[in-house]
Amino acid sequence: MNKHRPKHLALHLIKLPLPGFVSILHRISGLLLFIALPLLLLMLQYSLRSIETYTQLLAVLAHPLVKLMLLGLLWAFLHHFCAGLRYLAIDLDYGVKLAQARASSKAVLVVSLVLTALLGAKLW
Amino acid sequence: MVNRVVTGAHYGLRDWLIQRITAVVMALYSVALAGYLLLQPHLDYDAWTGLFSSQPMRTFTLLFLLSVFYHAWIGIRDIVMDYVKPAGVRLAIHVLVILVSLLYAIWAVQILWGF
Repeated sequence: MNKHRPKHLALHLIKLPLPGFVSILHRISGLLLFIALPLLLLMLQYSLRSIETYTQLLAVLAHPLVKLMLLGLLWAFLHHFCAGLRYLAIDLDYGVKLAQARASSKAVLVVSLVLTALLGAKLW
Repeated sequence: MVNRVVTGAHYGLRDWLIQRITAVVMALYSVALAGYLLLQPHLDYDAWTGLFSSQPMRTFTLLFLLSVFYHAWIGIRDIVMDYVKPAGVRLAIHVLVILVSLLYAIWAVQILWGF
């Protein structure tokens, strides 16, 4: 039987399935949050230490670029949060069938983006 | 022959479980804090420090932050194990992340009890 070797896969047509996409974003968002940790701790410190540092922090946070960065971190947190809940559910054997897994990964992407938009609008 | 690598994937159930326990701790704390802040009509410095000056709030915030550091350490290690192959580089990142996490934990105590 002729198996036509070597096989030529059309790599540019092969796409990461949706759950895989959510998974890699889970890693990227987690890494982003880890990198941002010292900044976030510094913000907590400035917000608590004294009324002077608190006002200083608010002034820095008012800068548009800083706001944009925080919005990015907010998305990273929300995506990591939603995808994490999805993994916890899958660990408990909920939504492990393919159709459900696809639907829930779509939900993770949409819900985290919508929540980012809503919270972002509320905060600014 | 003993063939164990210090930066390998043979940590088993313990870290898998800790990753999930810390995740639940962080999720509960985040939802509680976000809910409280969203329902707070007027948030200023006094309200903010008032919230964090109670002992239970300090304790649970520290528990949350320790969960973050432990969770992040396991997560970073998993990422490093997948993408960084040379054992020396792995070990270096490993040690760095552990040291940084410990420093963060000390810093967190200073922040929470230092105002």
